[in-house]
Amino acid sequence: MNDMTTNDSNTQATTEQQGSESVAQTPVDNATVPAVKATQVHKAFGSLHVLKGIDMTVMPGTVTVILGPSGSGKSTFLRLINQLETLTGGSIEVDGELIGYKHVNHGGKDELQTLNDKEIAEQREKLGMVFQRFNLFPHRTVLENVMEAPVHVAKVPKAKAKEEAMKELERVGMADRADYYPMQLSGGQQQRVAIARALAMNPKIMLFDEPTSALDPELVGEVLGVMRSLADAGITMIVVTHEIGFAREVGDQIVFMDGGVVVEHGGPEIIDHPQEPRFKDFLSHVL
Amino acid sequence: MGHKNESDGLDIPNRIHARPVFRPGSLIAGVIVAFLAVMLGYGMITNDNFDWPIVWKYLFNEHVLNGIGWTLVLTVTSMLIAIVLAVLLAVMRKSVNPVLRGVSWFWIWFFRGTPIYTQLVFWGLFSVLIPTISLGIPFTHLNFWSMSTEQLNKFISPGFLAAMLGLALNESAYLAEIVRAGLEAVDPGQSEAAEALGMPRTMIMRRVVLPQAMRIIVPPTGNEVISMLKTTSLVSAVPFSLEIQFATNAIANRIYKPIPLLMVACFWYLVITSILMVAQSWIERYFGKGFNEGSNGPAAGDGDAKEEKPAAKVAEGNEGGTAFLGLNA
Repeated sequence: MNDMTTNDSNTQATTEQQGSESVAQTPVDNATVPAVKATQVHKAFGSLHVLKGIDMTVMPGTVTVILGPSGSGKSTFLRLINQLETLTGGSIEVDGELIGYKHVNHGGKDELQTLNDKEIAEQREKLGMVFQRFNLFPHRTVLENVMEAPVHVAKVPKAKAKEEAMKELERVGMADRADYYPMQLSGGQQQRVAIARALAMNPKIMLFDEPTSALDPELVGEVLGVMRSLADAGITMIVVTHEIGFAREVGDQIVFMDGGVVVEHGGPEIIDHPQEPRFKDFLSHVL
Repeated sequence: MGHKNESDGLDIPNRIHARPVFRPGSLIAGVIVAFLAVMLGYGMITNDNFDWPIVWKYLFNEHVLNGIGWTLVLTVTSMLIAIVLAVLLAVMRKSVNPVLRGVSWFWIWFFRGTPIYTQLVFWGLFSVLIPTISLGIPFTHLNFWSMSTEQLNKFISPGFLAAMLGLALNESAYLAEIVRAGLEAVDPGQSEAAEALGMPRTMIMRRVVLPQAMRIIVPPTGNEVISMLKTTSLVSAVPFSLEIQFATNAIANRIYKPIPLLMVACFWYLVITSILMVAQSWIERYFGKGFNEGSNGPAAGDGDAKEEKPAAKVAEGNEGGTAFLGLNA
């Protein structure tokens, strides 16, 4: 937990820098720069209109839980933030920086220019992502999985990367399985390793895409336990999940999506007092 | 009685000792096939036309051993070129660039669609088709360096370059499809996870996708290597005259004994094929890393991976674990 606090202060220092870059005037209190700010986000796959104008603001250090029936566009929205999909309309800012595009002056006109692969990769380093199907690299051991990105992307020296990887593994309770291959682990253990792998790049924001949906019921608790500890440590998180109990307990902001729009959002209390009929209906099916 | 003496060493008090089902059909089939096999073996040994003494005499003949060497060199070099080309072609085939996709498609279409023998004859005529190779600026008269293909050909050994290229290009088309199938078999979630970690596309291919595709690529590629070994016997079409089939055939023509020398060639092809099969199983084990360990415990550890303990139990008695117990509470 101690190294967590250090991480956090590092993070804030960088946030300040970038905050003053993007907002050119007076130094801004970094708490006012949202970690993620989505404005009228639209996404279409061919003629299938999946997201129809999503607005969302996620403040640093908070946990946002996105609820909604399958097919409501929750996962798509998360994948847009990490640029695994490209926006069809609107904009997303991560840490005050527009993602996927930059503004360029083209013949006196302000136009959007698509970022190149390297720029996109750099933007992704701010985001850690945990997938429903874990997606650990099966040909590498647990430790190698966690060290992969620090060593080969961030170019951290191997010895140091190993030390940090072991710290992350300890944090998720998987240090004693460092030399195992993913296929030798249970689903819950794999997902904890996947969380450690994402944390190893010191992301500012963690994205969780239904992290417990592929797990046997008795393994859900251990993964939610790890996520709870991350929330307590003040990591900014956006979680797509069906775990209502987790949402109520850990979420600072609850967003209910259906049919590609945000139907209702607010504090965790809205779970017990939903206003919109569609949200009420959803909760009655899930709870 | 004596139930502990079973080979599994387990103490099962009510172990079943039942008579197996009697299957007369399988017994009869076994006897017939064994009889045929013995007949064939006996025939081979006693038939004078096999000329076993001649087989022995030429088995380690200098020209024959030389032929093995050239066969191996041809197999290895053309296979290496083919593998490099195939990976390139497979990646091109999946490219977003339509020109690269098109060229890759055309290449595979052409080299897979024409017989290898025809291609080898064609490569043999390469020096007729293109008499000189030169380095310069295309469509101008500027020339920095040039060499006649005839000269280049003689530089190594007559026909070798044509034979090697002919085999390699033909093989690359088949291998490209194998590599493509391997790449497509890797879960797309793997690339996504790597992308999410900020890895650039070439690194994802090199460190995440290809190593996993290899597991699928290696077995059919082993097949292709063995097939390539035998296809080298066709390079007399170029003509290239030093590999083992040509060498044994030349001796056979000289002493008017074709059958024993065919046996010599068969013997050596079988020896090499057997060695290649052993090598293949090693390579398969290497790339099966992480997929084969399921029941063998950790990569380097205490070997208790088999029993899936609940995380809380595993955590007992180590620091990280106790911290985790706290988290879960």
